[in-house]
Amino acid sequence: MARTTKETTMKYMLIMRANDEGIAAYQDLDFNEVIAAMGAYNESLIKAGVLLAGEGLADAKEGFVVDFDATPPVVTDGPYAEAKELFNGFWIIGVSSKEEAEEWAKRCPLGPGTRLEVRRVNELEDFPQDNEWIQKEAKWREEAEGRLGAASE
Amino acid sequence: MSPDASGAVVPADPADVDRARRALAAVWRIESARIVATLTRFVGDVGQAEDLAQEAMLEALHQWPTEGVPRNGGAWLTAVAKRRAIDGWRRRERLDERYAAMARDLEEEQRAASGTFWDPDTIDDDVLRLVFVACHPVLSREAQIALTLRIVGGLSSEEIARAFLVPVATIQQRIVRAKKTLAAANVPFEVPEPQDYAARLGSVLSVLYLIFNEGYLPASGEQWVRPDVSAEALRLARVVAGLMPREPEAQSLVALMEFHASRFSTRVARDGTPIPLDQQDRTRWDRGQIERGRAALARADRIGRGRAAYGLQAAIAECHAVAPAVEDTDWPRIVVLYEALGRIAPSPVVELNRAVAVAMATGPASALRLVDELERNGRLAGYPGLPAVRGELLARLGRTSEARGELETAARLTGNERERAALLAKAAGLPR
Repeated sequence: MARTTKETTMKYMLIMRANDEGIAAYQDLDFNEVIAAMGAYNESLIKAGVLLAGEGLADAKEGFVVDFDATPPVVTDGPYAEAKELFNGFWIIGVSSKEEAEEWAKRCPLGPGTRLEVRRVNELEDFPQDNEWIQKEAKWREEAEGRLGAASE
Repeated sequence: MSPDASGAVVPADPADVDRARRALAAVWRIESARIVATLTRFVGDVGQAEDLAQEAMLEALHQWPTEGVPRNGGAWLTAVAKRRAIDGWRRRERLDERYAAMARDLEEEQRAASGTFWDPDTIDDDVLRLVFVACHPVLSREAQIALTLRIVGGLSSEEIARAFLVPVATIQQRIVRAKKTLAAANVPFEVPEPQDYAARLGSVLSVLYLIFNEGYLPASGEQWVRPDVSAEALRLARVVAGLMPREPEAQSLVALMEFHASRFSTRVARDGTPIPLDQQDRTRWDRGQIERGRAALARADRIGRGRAAYGLQAAIAECHAVAPAVEDTDWPRIVVLYEALGRIAPSPVVELNRAVAVAMATGPASALRLVDELERNGRLAGYPGLPAVRGELLARLGRTSEARGELETAARLTGNERERAALLAKAAGLPR
Protein backbone atom coordinates (compact mmCIF):
# COMPACT_ATOMS: atom_id res chain seq x y z
CA MET A 1 0.00 0.00 0.00
CA ALA A 2 2.66 2.48 1.05
CA ARG A 3 4.49 2.18 -2.24
CA THR A 4 1.53 3.23 -4.38
CA THR A 5 2.45 6.81 -3.45
CA LYS A 6 5.57 6.46 -5.52
CA GLU A 7 3.55 5.95 -8.68
CA THR A 8 2.44 9.53 -8.84
CA THR A 9 3.97 11.60 -6.09
CA MET A 10 7.55 12.00 -5.07
CA LYS A 11 9.28 14.85 -3.34
CA TYR A 12 12.45 16.26 -4.80
CA MET A 13 14.71 18.88 -3.31
CA LEU A 14 16.33 21.37 -5.66
CA ILE A 15 19.50 22.48 -3.92
CA MET A 16 21.02 25.68 -5.23
CA ARG A 17 24.82 25.98 -5.15
CA ALA A 18 27.09 28.72 -6.40
CA ASN A 19 30.87 28.92 -6.77
CA ASP A 20 32.96 32.13 -6.61
CA GLU A 21 32.23 32.91 -10.24
CA GLY A 22 28.49 32.48 -9.68
CA ILE A 23 28.51 34.64 -6.58
CA ALA A 24 30.52 37.36 -8.35
CA ALA A 25 28.15 37.25 -11.34
CA TYR A 26 25.17 37.48 -9.01
CA GLN A 27 26.60 40.60 -7.39
CA ASP A 28 26.86 42.27 -10.81
CA LEU A 29 23.20 41.64 -11.59
CA ASP A 30 20.38 44.08 -11.01
CA PHE A 31 18.89 42.95 -7.72
CA ASN A 32 15.34 43.79 -8.82
CA GLU A 33 15.73 41.70 -11.95
CA VAL A 34 16.96 38.74 -9.91
CA ILE A 35 14.03 39.06 -7.53
CA ALA A 36 11.57 39.36 -10.43
CA ALA A 37 12.97 36.29 -12.21
CA MET A 38 12.96 34.18 -9.04
CA GLY A 39 9.50 35.46 -8.16
CA ALA A 40 8.19 34.42 -11.57
CA TYR A 41 9.81 31.00 -11.19
CA ASN A 42 8.32 30.49 -7.73
CA GLU A 43 4.94 31.60 -9.01
CA SER A 44 5.12 29.07 -11.82
CA LEU A 45 5.81 26.33 -9.25
CA ILE A 46 2.92 27.50 -7.08
CA LYS A 47 0.51 27.75 -10.00
CA ALA A 48 1.41 24.25 -11.13
CA GLY A 49 0.51 23.03 -7.63
CA VAL A 50 3.94 21.46 -7.07
CA LEU A 51 5.73 23.79 -4.63
CA LEU A 52 5.84 22.27 -1.14
CA ALA A 53 8.55 24.34 0.51
CA GLY A 54 11.44 26.61 -0.31
CA GLU A 55 13.85 29.00 1.37
CA GLY A 56 16.75 31.19 0.43
CA LEU A 57 19.74 31.38 2.74
CA ALA A 58 21.41 34.48 4.17
CA ASP A 59 25.05 35.29 3.45
CA ALA A 60 27.52 32.58 4.47
CA LYS A 61 29.31 35.23 6.57
CA GLU A 62 26.44 34.90 9.03
CA GLY A 63 26.89 31.15 9.23
CA PHE A 64 29.56 28.75 10.44
CA VAL A 65 30.78 25.24 9.84
CA VAL A 66 31.07 22.39 12.32
CA ASP A 67 33.73 19.96 11.13
CA PHE A 68 33.67 16.42 12.50
CA ASP A 69 37.15 15.43 11.31
CA ALA A 70 38.33 16.12 14.84
CA THR A 71 36.89 15.16 18.22
CA PRO A 72 35.47 17.38 19.61
CA PRO A 73 34.29 18.91 16.30
CA VAL A 74 35.91 22.15 15.13
CA VAL A 75 33.75 25.20 14.57
CA THR A 76 34.84 27.67 11.87
CA ASP A 77 33.11 30.94 11.02
CA GLY A 78 31.79 31.18 7.47
CA PRO A 79 32.50 31.65 4.70
CA TYR A 80 35.23 29.07 5.11
CA ALA A 81 38.13 28.82 2.71
CA GLU A 82 37.75 25.17 1.69
CA ALA A 83 34.28 25.63 0.25
CA LYS A 84 34.27 25.48 -3.53
CA GLU A 85 30.54 25.95 -3.66
CA LEU A 86 28.06 27.57 -1.32
CA PHE A 87 24.60 26.23 -0.65
CA ASN A 88 22.28 29.22 -1.15
CA GLY A 89 18.76 27.93 -1.01
CA PHE A 90 16.36 25.15 -1.81
CA TRP A 91 12.95 24.19 -3.11
CA ILE A 92 10.99 21.03 -2.34
CA ILE A 93 8.55 20.05 -5.07
CA GLY A 94 5.99 17.28 -5.32
CA VAL A 95 6.14 15.67 -8.75
CA SER A 96 5.18 12.48 -10.56
CA SER A 97 8.60 11.55 -11.93
CA LYS A 98 12.30 12.25 -11.88
CA GLU A 99 11.93 13.74 -15.36
CA GLU A 100 9.32 16.20 -14.12
CA ALA A 101 11.74 17.29 -11.38
CA GLU A 102 14.40 17.69 -14.07
CA GLU A 103 12.07 19.76 -16.24
CA TRP A 104 11.33 22.11 -13.33
CA ALA A 105 14.99 22.33 -12.36
CA LYS A 106 16.00 23.31 -15.89
CA ARG A 107 13.54 26.19 -15.81
CA CYS A 108 15.17 27.79 -12.77
CA PRO A 109 16.53 31.23 -13.68
CA LEU A 110 20.18 30.64 -12.78
CA GLY A 111 23.35 31.42 -14.67
CA PRO A 112 26.98 30.31 -15.05
CA GLY A 113 28.73 29.45 -11.81
CA THR A 114 25.53 28.17 -10.24
CA ARG A 115 23.92 24.79 -10.30
CA LEU A 116 21.07 22.83 -8.87
CA GLU A 117 21.60 19.49 -7.25
CA VAL A 118 18.35 17.57 -7.41
CA ARG A 119 17.72 14.89 -4.82
CA ARG A 120 14.70 12.78 -3.97
CA VAL A 121 13.43 13.36 -0.45
CA ASN A 122 13.07 10.16 1.55
CA GLU A 123 9.58 9.41 2.75
CA LEU A 124 9.00 7.89 6.15
CA GLU A 125 7.98 4.74 4.26
CA ASP A 126 11.49 4.45 2.85
CA PHE A 127 12.73 3.40 6.29
CA PRO A 128 11.97 0.27 8.30
CA GLN A 129 9.07 1.41 10.47
CA ASP A 130 9.78 -0.95 13.32
CA ASN A 131 13.17 0.64 13.99
CA GLU A 132 12.97 2.38 17.36
CA TRP A 133 15.17 5.26 16.21
CA ILE A 134 12.95 5.95 13.23
CA GLN A 135 10.01 6.11 15.60
CA LYS A 136 11.91 8.36 17.97
CA GLU A 137 12.94 10.68 15.17
CA ALA A 138 9.31 11.06 14.13
CA LYS A 139 8.51 11.94 17.72
CA TRP A 140 11.29 14.53 17.92
CA ARG A 141 10.13 16.14 14.72
CA GLU A 142 6.65 16.39 16.11
CA GLU A 143 7.83 17.94 19.36
CA ALA A 144 10.22 20.37 17.70
CA GLU A 145 7.63 21.50 15.21
CA GLY A 146 4.97 21.62 17.91
CA ARG A 147 7.18 24.09 19.78
CA LEU A 148 7.74 26.12 16.64
CA GLY A 149 4.02 26.10 15.98
CA ALA A 150 3.25 27.26 19.50
CA ALA A 151 5.87 30.01 19.30
CA SER A 152 4.40 31.40 16.10
CA GLU A 153 0.92 31.84 17.49
CA MET B 1 11.89 6.00 -37.00
CA SER B 2 12.71 8.77 -39.38
CA PRO B 3 14.51 9.01 -42.70
CA ASP B 4 18.20 9.98 -42.58
CA ALA B 5 19.98 12.10 -45.20
CA SER B 6 20.07 9.28 -47.74
CA GLY B 7 16.37 8.64 -47.25
CA ALA B 8 16.86 5.32 -45.45
CA VAL B 9 14.85 4.76 -42.29
CA VAL B 10 17.07 4.68 -39.22
CA PRO B 11 15.56 2.95 -36.21
CA ALA B 12 15.77 5.06 -33.07
CA ASP B 13 17.91 3.77 -30.23
CA PRO B 14 15.56 2.22 -27.63
CA ALA B 15 17.31 4.24 -24.91
CA ASP B 16 16.56 7.45 -26.82
CA VAL B 17 12.96 6.37 -27.26
CA ASP B 18 12.63 5.77 -23.55
CA ARG B 19 14.30 9.06 -22.66
CA ALA B 20 12.07 10.96 -25.07
CA ARG B 21 8.96 9.23 -23.78
CA ARG B 22 9.80 10.18 -20.19
CA ALA B 23 10.66 13.76 -21.12
CA LEU B 24 7.40 14.02 -23.03
CA ALA B 25 5.43 12.73 -20.05
CA ALA B 26 7.08 15.35 -17.82
CA VAL B 27 6.39 18.19 -20.25
CA TRP B 28 2.84 16.99 -20.71
CA ARG B 29 2.19 16.91 -16.99
CA ILE B 30 3.45 20.46 -16.54
CA GLU B 31 2.02 22.00 -19.70
CA SER B 32 -1.04 19.99 -20.80
CA ALA B 33 -3.67 22.32 -19.34
CA ARG B 34 -2.02 25.34 -20.97
CA ILE B 35 -1.61 23.50 -24.27
CA VAL B 36 -5.25 22.38 -24.35
CA ALA B 37 -6.47 25.82 -23.20
CA THR B 38 -4.45 27.55 -25.93
CA LEU B 39 -5.72 25.11 -28.55
CA THR B 40 -9.32 25.52 -27.37
CA ARG B 41 -9.00 29.24 -27.91
CA PHE B 42 -7.55 28.50 -31.37
CA VAL B 43 -10.13 25.97 -32.62
CA GLY B 44 -13.07 26.94 -30.42
CA ASP B 45 -13.86 23.43 -29.15
CA VAL B 46 -12.32 21.69 -26.16
CA GLY B 47 -12.85 18.20 -27.55
CA GLN B 48 -11.11 18.96 -30.80
CA ALA B 49 -8.36 20.79 -28.91
CA GLU B 50 -7.68 17.75 -26.80
CA ASP B 51 -7.64 15.45 -29.83
CA LEU B 52 -5.14 17.75 -31.55
CA ALA B 53 -2.95 17.77 -28.46
CA GLN B 54 -3.00 13.96 -28.42
CA GLU B 55 -1.94 13.90 -32.08
CA ALA B 56 0.92 16.25 -31.27
CA MET B 57 1.96 13.87 -28.48
CA LEU B 58 2.10 11.00 -30.97
CA GLU B 59 4.21 13.10 -33.29
CA ALA B 60 6.55 13.94 -30.43
CA LEU B 61 6.95 10.25 -29.63
CA HIS B 62 7.91 9.77 -33.26
CA GLN B 63 10.28 12.72 -33.63
CA TRP B 64 11.87 13.39 -30.25
CA PRO B 65 13.85 10.12 -30.04
CA THR B 66 15.83 10.91 -33.21
CA GLU B 67 15.70 14.70 -33.37
CA GLY B 68 16.19 15.32 -29.67
CA VAL B 69 13.88 16.77 -27.03
CA PRO B 70 13.10 20.40 -27.92
CA ARG B 71 14.11 23.08 -25.44
CA ASN B 72 10.51 24.22 -25.02
CA GLY B 73 8.44 21.07 -25.33
CA GLY B 74 5.14 22.79 -24.53
CA ALA B 75 5.63 25.29 -27.34
CA TRP B 76 6.61 22.48 -29.70
CA LEU B 77 3.47 20.47 -28.95
CA THR B 78 1.23 23.52 -29.28
CA ALA B 79 2.75 24.51 -32.61
CA VAL B 80 2.44 20.98 -34.00
CA ALA B 81 -1.19 20.75 -32.85
CA LYS B 82 -2.02 24.11 -34.43
CA ARG B 83 -0.41 23.02 -37.68
CA ARG B 84 -2.55 19.88 -37.61
CA ALA B 85 -5.65 22.02 -37.10
CA ILE B 86 -4.76 24.12 -40.11
CA ASP B 87 -4.04 21.00 -42.17
CA GLY B 88 -7.49 19.76 -41.23
CA TRP B 89 -9.15 22.97 -42.34
CA ARG B 90 -7.15 22.83 -45.56
CA ARG B 91 -8.31 19.28 -46.25
CA ARG B 92 -11.89 20.39 -45.74
CA GLU B 93 -11.19 23.34 -48.07
CA ARG B 94 -11.90 25.85 -45.41
CA LEU B 95 -8.60 27.64 -45.69
CA ASP B 96 -10.02 31.10 -46.17
CA GLU B 97 -8.31 34.37 -45.29
CA ARG B 98 -8.80 33.87 -41.59
CA TYR B 99 -7.04 30.53 -41.51
CA ALA B 100 -4.30 31.76 -43.80
CA ALA B 101 -3.66 34.52 -41.28
CA MET B 102 -3.55 31.99 -38.48
CA ALA B 103 -1.03 29.94 -40.42
CA ARG B 104 1.19 33.00 -40.74
CA ASP B 105 0.85 33.77 -37.03
CA LEU B 106 1.87 30.23 -36.33
CA GLU B 107 5.09 30.58 -38.27
CA GLU B 108 5.85 33.72 -36.27
CA GLU B 109 5.14 31.92 -33.03
CA GLN B 110 7.39 29.04 -33.92
CA ARG B 111 10.26 31.43 -34.49
CA ALA B 112 9.60 32.99 -31.10
CA ALA B 113 9.07 29.64 -29.40
CA SER B 114 12.55 29.39 -27.98
CA GLY B 115 11.88 32.21 -25.51
CA THR B 116 8.93 32.82 -23.21
CA PHE B 117 6.00 31.12 -24.80
CA TRP B 118 2.77 31.58 -22.88
CA ASP B 119 1.23 35.01 -22.88
CA PRO B 120 1.09 35.74 -19.14
CA ASP B 121 -1.92 38.04 -19.61
CA THR B 122 -4.16 35.41 -21.11
CA ILE B 123 -2.91 31.94 -20.28
CA ASP B 124 -4.19 31.78 -16.69
CA ASP B 125 -7.62 33.00 -17.81
CA ASP B 126 -7.67 30.38 -20.54
CA VAL B 127 -6.78 27.60 -18.11
CA LEU B 128 -9.51 28.84 -15.76
CA ARG B 129 -12.00 28.73 -18.65
CA LEU B 130 -10.87 25.17 -19.28
CA VAL B 131 -11.55 24.24 -15.65
CA PHE B 132 -15.08 25.66 -15.85
CA VAL B 133 -15.78 23.91 -19.15
CA ALA B 134 -14.62 20.56 -17.76
CA CYS B 135 -17.04 20.98 -14.83
CA HIS B 136 -19.89 22.38 -16.92
CA PRO B 137 -23.41 21.50 -15.66
CA VAL B 138 -24.43 19.90 -19.00
CA LEU B 139 -22.08 17.07 -18.02
CA SER B 140 -22.85 14.33 -15.53
CA ARG B 141 -20.75 14.33 -12.39
CA GLU B 142 -18.85 11.27 -13.61
CA ALA B 143 -18.12 13.01 -16.91
CA GLN B 144 -16.97 16.16 -15.10
CA ILE B 145 -14.55 14.11 -13.01
CA ALA B 146 -13.11 12.21 -15.98
CA LEU B 147 -12.81 15.32 -18.14
CA THR B 148 -11.20 17.38 -15.37
CA LEU B 149 -8.57 14.72 -14.80
CA ARG B 150 -8.02 14.41 -18.54
CA ILE B 151 -7.88 18.01 -19.75
CA VAL B 152 -6.89 19.89 -16.61
CA GLY B 153 -4.79 17.19 -14.93
CA GLY B 154 -3.38 15.75 -18.13
CA LEU B 155 -4.00 12.14 -17.06
CA SER B 156 -4.41 9.41 -19.67
CA SER B 157 -7.53 7.25 -19.79
CA GLU B 158 -5.43 4.40 -18.40
CA GLU B 159 -4.36 6.48 -15.41
CA ILE B 160 -7.91 7.66 -14.71
CA ALA B 161 -9.22 4.10 -15.00
CA ARG B 162 -6.59 2.87 -12.56
CA ALA B 163 -7.47 5.65 -10.13
CA PHE B 164 -11.17 4.81 -10.20
CA LEU B 165 -10.79 1.04 -10.49
CA VAL B 166 -12.92 0.88 -13.64
CA PRO B 167 -12.14 -0.49 -17.11
CA VAL B 168 -10.18 1.80 -19.46
CA ALA B 169 -12.95 1.52 -22.06
CA THR B 170 -15.43 2.99 -19.56
CA ILE B 171 -13.28 6.08 -19.08
CA GLN B 172 -12.65 6.42 -22.81
CA GLN B 173 -16.39 6.29 -23.47
CA ARG B 174 -17.08 8.82 -20.73
CA ILE B 175 -14.58 11.26 -22.19
CA VAL B 176 -15.75 10.83 -25.77
CA ARG B 177 -19.35 11.33 -24.69
CA ALA B 178 -18.44 14.35 -22.56
CA LYS B 179 -16.67 16.02 -25.49
CA LYS B 180 -19.70 15.36 -27.71
CA THR B 181 -22.05 16.76 -25.09
CA LEU B 182 -20.00 19.95 -24.77
CA ALA B 183 -19.89 20.38 -28.54
CA ALA B 184 -23.63 19.66 -28.94
CA ALA B 185 -24.53 22.13 -26.21
CA ASN B 186 -22.21 24.68 -27.81
CA VAL B 187 -20.68 25.39 -24.40
CA PRO B 188 -18.71 28.64 -24.67
CA PHE B 189 -15.04 28.81 -23.68
CA GLU B 190 -15.80 31.35 -20.99
CA VAL B 191 -15.69 31.95 -17.26
CA PRO B 192 -19.33 31.88 -16.04
CA GLU B 193 -21.45 35.01 -15.85
CA PRO B 194 -21.64 36.65 -12.39
CA GLN B 195 -25.14 35.30 -11.69
CA ASP B 196 -23.94 31.71 -12.29
CA TYR B 197 -20.47 32.10 -10.85
CA ALA B 198 -21.02 30.87 -7.30
CA ALA B 199 -22.86 27.72 -8.40
CA ARG B 200 -20.31 26.96 -11.13
CA LEU B 201 -17.41 27.48 -8.72
CA GLY B 202 -19.14 25.17 -6.26
CA SER B 203 -19.34 22.54 -8.97
CA VAL B 204 -15.60 22.83 -9.77
CA LEU B 205 -14.63 22.52 -6.12
CA SER B 206 -16.92 19.59 -5.48
CA VAL B 207 -15.50 17.74 -8.51
CA LEU B 208 -12.02 18.20 -7.05
CA TYR B 209 -13.16 17.11 -3.60
CA LEU B 210 -14.88 14.01 -5.02
CA ILE B 211 -11.64 13.05 -6.79
CA PHE B 212 -9.73 13.57 -3.55
CA ASN B 213 -12.23 11.48 -1.59
CA GLU B 214 -12.01 8.71 -4.15
CA GLY B 215 -8.50 8.17 -2.87
CA TYR B 216 -9.26 8.96 0.75
CA LEU B 217 -12.47 7.07 1.39
CA PRO B 218 -13.13 4.50 -1.33
CA ALA B 219 -16.71 3.39 -0.81
CA SER B 220 -15.99 -0.11 -1.99
CA GLY B 221 -13.15 -2.44 -2.73
CA GLU B 222 -10.25 -3.81 -0.79
CA GLN B 223 -7.97 -0.85 -0.51
CA TRP B 224 -8.62 1.76 2.13
CA VAL B 225 -6.40 4.59 0.91
CA ARG B 226 -5.23 5.30 -2.63
CA PRO B 227 -3.07 8.35 -2.07
CA ASP B 228 -2.12 8.79 -5.74
CA VAL B 229 -5.68 9.84 -6.63
CA SER B 230 -5.81 12.22 -3.70
CA ALA B 231 -2.40 13.68 -4.46
CA GLU B 232 -3.57 14.52 -7.97
CA ALA B 233 -6.75 16.12 -6.63
CA LEU B 234 -4.67 18.18 -4.20
CA ARG B 235 -2.36 19.31 -6.97
CA LEU B 236 -5.37 20.35 -9.10
CA ALA B 237 -6.94 22.16 -6.13
CA ARG B 238 -3.70 24.12 -5.71
CA VAL B 239 -3.77 24.95 -9.41
CA VAL B 240 -7.37 26.16 -9.18
CA ALA B 241 -6.66 28.14 -5.98
CA GLY B 242 -3.76 29.77 -7.82
CA LEU B 243 -6.07 30.72 -10.67
CA MET B 244 -8.62 32.29 -8.30
CA PRO B 245 -6.63 33.76 -5.43
CA ARG B 246 -9.62 35.84 -4.25
CA GLU B 247 -11.93 32.87 -3.69
CA PRO B 248 -11.82 31.81 -0.02
CA GLU B 249 -13.49 28.48 -0.72
CA ALA B 250 -10.83 27.50 -3.27
CA GLN B 251 -8.08 28.23 -0.72
CA SER B 252 -10.09 26.45 1.98
CA LEU B 253 -10.47 23.33 -0.14
CA VAL B 254 -6.68 23.18 -0.49
CA ALA B 255 -6.40 23.52 3.29
CA LEU B 256 -8.95 20.77 3.89
CA MET B 257 -7.16 18.39 1.53
CA GLU B 258 -3.76 19.15 3.05
CA PHE B 259 -5.05 18.35 6.54
CA HIS B 260 -6.67 15.10 5.46
CA ALA B 261 -3.66 14.07 3.38
CA SER B 262 -1.31 14.73 6.31
CA ARG B 263 -2.84 11.65 7.99
CA PHE B 264 -2.67 9.28 5.03
CA SER B 265 0.27 7.28 6.25
CA THR B 266 -1.44 6.58 9.57
CA ARG B 267 -4.94 5.71 8.43
CA VAL B 268 -4.26 2.03 7.80
CA ALA B 269 -2.27 -0.63 9.58
CA ARG B 270 0.28 -2.70 7.67
CA ASP B 271 -2.33 -5.40 7.08
CA GLY B 272 -4.73 -2.86 5.60
CA THR B 273 -7.02 -2.47 8.62
CA PRO B 274 -8.33 1.11 8.93
CA ILE B 275 -7.12 2.95 12.03
CA PRO B 276 -9.59 5.48 13.46
CA LEU B 277 -8.50 9.02 14.27
CA ASP B 278 -8.23 8.43 18.02
CA GLN B 279 -5.81 5.52 17.53
CA GLN B 280 -3.61 7.02 14.80
CA ASP B 281 0.08 7.60 15.48
CA ARG B 282 0.08 11.38 15.42
CA THR B 283 3.87 11.52 15.39
CA ARG B 284 3.64 10.28 11.80
CA TRP B 285 1.23 12.94 10.56
CA ASP B 286 2.97 14.99 7.91
CA ARG B 287 3.87 18.26 9.67
CA GLY B 288 4.87 20.02 6.47
CA GLN B 289 1.50 19.23 4.99
CA ILE B 290 -0.28 20.46 8.11
CA GLU B 291 1.65 23.74 7.94
CA ARG B 292 0.71 24.13 4.27
CA GLY B 293 -2.91 23.52 5.24
CA ARG B 294 -2.76 26.17 7.94
CA ALA B 295 -1.17 28.62 5.51
CA ALA B 296 -3.94 27.97 2.96
CA LEU B 297 -6.66 28.44 5.58
CA ALA B 298 -4.99 31.68 6.72
CA ARG B 299 -4.98 32.86 3.08
CA ALA B 300 -8.70 32.10 2.86
CA ASP B 301 -9.38 34.02 6.09
CA ARG B 302 -7.33 37.02 4.94
CA ILE B 303 -9.67 37.48 1.97
CA GLY B 304 -12.14 38.54 4.62
CA ARG B 305 -15.38 37.02 3.39
CA GLY B 306 -15.85 34.63 6.28
CA ARG B 307 -15.88 30.87 6.18
CA ALA B 308 -18.24 28.82 4.06
CA ALA B 309 -18.56 25.04 3.88
CA TYR B 310 -14.97 24.15 2.93
CA GLY B 311 -13.61 26.80 5.27
CA LEU B 312 -15.52 25.32 8.22
CA GLN B 313 -14.53 21.76 7.34
CA ALA B 314 -10.92 22.86 7.01
CA ALA B 315 -11.13 24.57 10.42
CA ILE B 316 -12.44 21.32 11.93
CA ALA B 317 -9.66 19.34 10.28
CA GLU B 318 -7.16 21.89 11.59
CA CYS B 319 -8.37 21.32 15.17
CA HIS B 320 -7.49 17.64 14.79
CA ALA B 321 -4.24 18.33 12.94
CA VAL B 322 -2.79 20.56 15.65
CA ALA B 323 -3.94 18.50 18.66
CA PRO B 324 -1.11 16.46 20.18
CA ALA B 325 -3.63 13.82 21.34
CA VAL B 326 -7.34 13.03 21.16
CA GLU B 327 -7.92 14.26 24.70
CA ASP B 328 -6.09 17.54 23.94
CA THR B 329 -8.36 18.25 20.97
CA ASP B 330 -10.51 21.36 21.20
CA TRP B 331 -13.77 19.40 21.01
CA PRO B 332 -16.05 22.26 22.14
CA ARG B 333 -14.70 24.32 19.24
CA ILE B 334 -15.30 21.43 16.85
CA VAL B 335 -18.90 21.19 18.07
CA VAL B 336 -19.40 24.90 17.35
CA LEU B 337 -17.83 24.56 13.89
CA TYR B 338 -20.13 21.62 13.10
CA GLU B 339 -23.12 23.67 14.25
CA ALA B 340 -22.10 26.46 11.87
CA LEU B 341 -21.54 23.94 9.08
CA GLY B 342 -24.94 22.40 9.75
CA ARG B 343 -26.57 25.80 9.35
CA ILE B 344 -24.99 26.70 6.00
CA ALA B 345 -24.82 23.18 4.56
CA PRO B 346 -27.39 21.08 6.42
CA SER B 347 -26.68 17.38 6.11
CA PRO B 348 -27.39 14.33 8.26
CA VAL B 349 -23.73 13.29 7.92
CA VAL B 350 -22.68 16.64 9.41
CA GLU B 351 -25.17 16.04 12.23
CA LEU B 352 -23.65 12.62 12.85
CA ASN B 353 -20.16 14.12 12.99
CA ARG B 354 -21.42 16.79 15.35
CA ALA B 355 -22.74 14.01 17.59
CA VAL B 356 -19.28 12.42 17.63
CA ALA B 357 -17.76 15.77 18.66
CA VAL B 358 -20.45 16.25 21.32
CA ALA B 359 -19.58 12.82 22.72
CA MET B 360 -15.99 13.91 23.09
CA ALA B 361 -16.85 17.37 24.46
CA THR B 362 -19.64 16.49 26.91
CA GLY B 363 -19.99 12.71 26.97
CA PRO B 364 -21.81 9.90 25.19
CA ALA B 365 -25.27 10.41 26.73
CA SER B 366 -25.99 13.78 25.08
CA ALA B 367 -24.45 12.54 21.83
CA LEU B 368 -26.69 9.47 21.85
CA ARG B 369 -29.75 11.72 21.98
CA LEU B 370 -28.60 13.43 18.76
CA VAL B 371 -27.92 10.09 17.09
CA ASP B 372 -31.29 8.69 18.15
CA GLU B 373 -32.94 11.75 16.64
CA LEU B 374 -31.07 11.11 13.37
CA GLU B 375 -32.20 7.50 13.43
CA ARG B 376 -35.83 8.52 13.99
CA ASN B 377 -35.93 10.89 11.01
CA GLY B 378 -34.57 8.10 8.82
CA ARG B 379 -32.45 10.28 6.59
CA LEU B 380 -29.36 8.15 7.18
CA ALA B 381 -31.12 4.82 6.64
CA GLY B 382 -28.63 2.37 5.16
CA TYR B 383 -25.61 4.54 6.01
CA PRO B 384 -23.06 2.39 7.88
CA GLY B 385 -21.70 5.36 9.82
CA LEU B 386 -24.93 5.76 11.81
CA PRO B 387 -24.97 2.32 13.50
CA ALA B 388 -21.17 2.46 13.78
CA VAL B 389 -21.33 5.68 15.82
CA ARG B 390 -24.39 4.54 17.75
CA GLY B 391 -22.64 1.28 18.60
CA GLU B 392 -19.59 3.17 19.81
CA LEU B 393 -21.69 5.45 22.05
CA LEU B 394 -23.66 2.54 23.48
CA ALA B 395 -20.42 0.73 24.22
CA ARG B 396 -19.12 3.75 26.09
CA LEU B 397 -22.36 3.83 28.09
CA GLY B 398 -21.87 0.17 28.98
CA ARG B 399 -24.88 -1.03 26.96
CA THR B 400 -22.74 -3.69 25.32
CA SER B 401 -25.31 -6.06 23.84
CA GLU B 402 -27.09 -3.18 22.04
CA ALA B 403 -23.67 -1.87 20.99
CA ARG B 404 -22.75 -5.25 19.51
CA GLY B 405 -25.95 -5.33 17.46
CA GLU B 406 -25.30 -1.83 16.06
CA LEU B 407 -21.69 -2.60 15.13
CA GLU B 408 -22.80 -5.79 13.37
CA THR B 409 -25.43 -3.81 11.48
CA ALA B 410 -22.76 -1.30 10.42
CA ALA B 411 -20.56 -4.18 9.25
CA ARG B 412 -23.41 -5.52 7.11
CA LEU B 413 -23.99 -2.09 5.53
CA THR B 414 -20.44 -1.11 4.62
CA GLY B 415 -19.08 -1.92 1.16
CA ASN B 416 -15.49 -1.70 2.30
CA GLU B 417 -14.03 -5.08 3.28
CA ARG B 418 -11.46 -3.65 5.66
CA GLU B 419 -13.99 -1.50 7.44
CA ARG B 420 -16.29 -4.50 7.79
CA ALA B 421 -13.53 -6.55 9.39
CA ALA B 422 -12.67 -3.71 11.79
CA LEU B 423 -16.31 -3.28 12.87
CA LEU B 424 -16.76 -7.01 13.44
CA ALA B 425 -13.54 -7.13 15.44
CA LYS B 426 -14.77 -4.28 17.60
CA ALA B 427 -18.12 -6.01 18.13
CA ALA B 428 -16.39 -9.26 19.05
CA GLY B 429 -14.13 -7.42 21.49
CA LEU B 430 -17.01 -6.10 23.59
CA PRO B 431 -17.48 -7.82 26.98
CA ARG B 432 -20.35 -10.31 27.08
